[in-house]
Amino acid sequence: MNFDTLNLSKSMRRLLLLLLILPMALLVMGIYGGLMQAFFRAGIVTSDPFVGGEYYRGLTLHGVINALVFTTFFAVAFGHAVVSKSLNMALNERWAWISGILMIVGTVMTALTIFAGVADVLYTFYPPLQANVFFYVGLVLVVVGSWIAFFTWIPPYLKWRKENPDKKTPLAVVGIFATFIVWFIASIAVAVEILVLIIPWVLGWVDGINAMLARTLFWMFGHPLVYFWLLPVYVMYYTMMPRLAGGKLYSDTAGRLVFFMFIIFSIPVGTHHQFMDPGISGEWKLIQAFFTFMVALPSLITAFTLAASLEYAGKQRGGKGLFGWMFKLPYFDSNRWLFAYFITGLFLFIFGGISGIINASYQMNAIVHNTAWLPGHFHMTVAGPVILGMLGMSLYMVAKLTGKKIRMKKMVTAVPYIYSVGLLMMSWGLMRGGLQGMPRRTNTGLTYSNPDSALYRADWQLFTDVVVVGAVIMFVAMVIFFAAFFLTLAYRKAEAPSLSFGWTESVHESSGPIRWLHNFRPWVITAVVLIAITYAPVIYDVTTTGYSTSPRFGPESPSPRLNPSPQSEQVVPPEVRSEEDLDSRAEQLPLDFE
Amino acid sequence: MDKSEGLALGLSGALLLIFFAAIMYASTARGIDVPKCITDPDPFERGQLIEHAEDRYELQMIARMWSFQPGSIEIPVGSELEIYLRATDIIHGFKIEGTNVNMMAVPGSINYQRLRFNEPGTYPLVCHEYCGVGHHNMRGEIVVTES
Repeated sequence: MNFDTLNLSKSMRRLLLLLLILPMALLVMGIYGGLMQAFFRAGIVTSDPFVGGEYYRGLTLHGVINALVFTTFFAVAFGHAVVSKSLNMALNERWAWISGILMIVGTVMTALTIFAGVADVLYTFYPPLQANVFFYVGLVLVVVGSWIAFFTWIPPYLKWRKENPDKKTPLAVVGIFATFIVWFIASIAVAVEILVLIIPWVLGWVDGINAMLARTLFWMFGHPLVYFWLLPVYVMYYTMMPRLAGGKLYSDTAGRLVFFMFIIFSIPVGTHHQFMDPGISGEWKLIQAFFTFMVALPSLITAFTLAASLEYAGKQRGGKGLFGWMFKLPYFDSNRWLFAYFITGLFLFIFGGISGIINASYQMNAIVHNTAWLPGHFHMTVAGPVILGMLGMSLYMVAKLTGKKIRMKKMVTAVPYIYSVGLLMMSWGLMRGGLQGMPRRTNTGLTYSNPDSALYRADWQLFTDVVVVGAVIMFVAMVIFFAAFFLTLAYRKAEAPSLSFGWTESVHESSGPIRWLHNFRPWVITAVVLIAITYAPVIYDVTTTGYSTSPRFGPESPSPRLNPSPQSEQVVPPEVRSEEDLDSRAEQLPLDFE
Repeated sequence: MDKSEGLALGLSGALLLIFFAAIMYASTARGIDVPKCITDPDPFERGQLIEHAEDRYELQMIARMWSFQPGSIEIPVGSELEIYLRATDIIHGFKIEGTNVNMMAVPGSINYQRLRFNEPGTYPLVCHEYCGVGHHNMRGEIVVTES
């Protein structure tokens, strides 16, 4: 085949399709899991055909597939495409394939352990809860695979810089590199957590694990992770959305500044997930609260720049006055269907961002920490702008790469709007319930939402019910999307495959490179320095203030696993319903494990 | 960078600074703070409520799969409760509804918060961190009695 020969070979095209279609197929499962969780929580079902009564297994699957696997695969595929297209350079195909295969093998490994029921640990896998060793190995392979993909972009970029000394790096490439620099630095923390702390402990080489240290390393990775999800979508917002809207990006310089700010502020903030933790001094928590506010700044600049770009577009399209431009944007234009995926995500992110700032607000976090408010918040980020941008772009890229015509285009355009209505309802239910104390990650259907239980909470029922209605609407939207996606693939190809992105021009743009917004190095060095300053005292605290380490535990039993074999061979606990049961059982158990 | 862009940037920064100043005010002037680091932990073996004075109680709370110990305590209204929280197996959560008390119970470290209960009533507390198959059963309560 002879298309785009300069920068996208047939083998690369196959790799990209694999990286886009495989996680989409997995996502079908992840989305189904999400719907079931809403049903479980409201007490509508107590088992489903795939995970049986294991709500927490379904939740593990939902988190791992939707938040870790789908997003990482997409970011790698999108990165390959953006880097090779905008620099017009070929990537090292062998290493790109090795990266892809590692990610696929890792995903299969992790998914199998979850299905086998030996990894009911949720996607945060906090020790001393222990999963099968292959759960962790699989995750490491996915991460290492994504690193290799990133490394394949560096030589072509350096070559391009050498050949084009007077040109600015394309904004999309700046964005993708920022994404993966953040990802690379942050995932070192989780790699250390898994390889140094968890795996030797799971295999029985060491007896105890420092639970606070593992938790701290997880969040050192876990918060930047959300920017790893978000930044590829910011790339789309900055470099494609204004043109789709019929205008130009308001400021190219602002876009660069935003991406560089994410490099320095994304990581020294993870402790804001641990405001309520023991073992870390308040001062260090406060410092990271401050940096969390700093990382809100690039998103506020983005809100301004994108609003200004859309205003420009609306006025080009004949919009008049202060707000008239808002009514001129191509919301329902099925020829620009991708715009719908961007604008809905942007709208949802207003609420996602505001609730995020509330979470980050130090002592105010006490009101919301680990309540249902949290999933309410992050579904308006990762399940809002992130998933909508990634779904839209996956469909766009897959159709282009296969040369197929998108089917059900009108429905495809309507999907993000239907989805957003459902998401707003679901998030309202979760957040409002959370403010009333409803916990997250809890199978409330068996107790708190079960009128027959002694623990029934009538005042939470309304919220779990609204969540169900919202989740059903979201699910309907996703079914339409999957139908269109796989129908598009099922048809014969209509034209020669070719991938192109409609890059946006800018209203305000510097003529040449701006020195301080041209090189990554000073920003990366600043990031490392900030991480060292903010994290050294936290790591010191969690390694010195504890009184003991922890043995391995399975989710099924309050007794530690003496045998390092990661099977779920332990006793299944008897049905426990009332507090008396629990107290009497507690009496019989040894209180101290040391 | 044009003028309106600079203005937007400046206003955004100012907004965040105001938020942060509010946090500092609440933390210093009002004493509303997050759990601090307890450096001389006393890993108590049993959960119990200790009365130090008529209106001063110390709660040594054990969080374990899948119960709080003690599961229910009673204190008179107006009492100050000092809560020490210890997890003996895996990570648990501890939130007293309708109050600012919200803590993670992480094995290996003791968590601490203090609160005065000025309203009588029953305060439910739930475990809000996934802790295995019985997580949804794990709750307790604090009963604050009149006079």
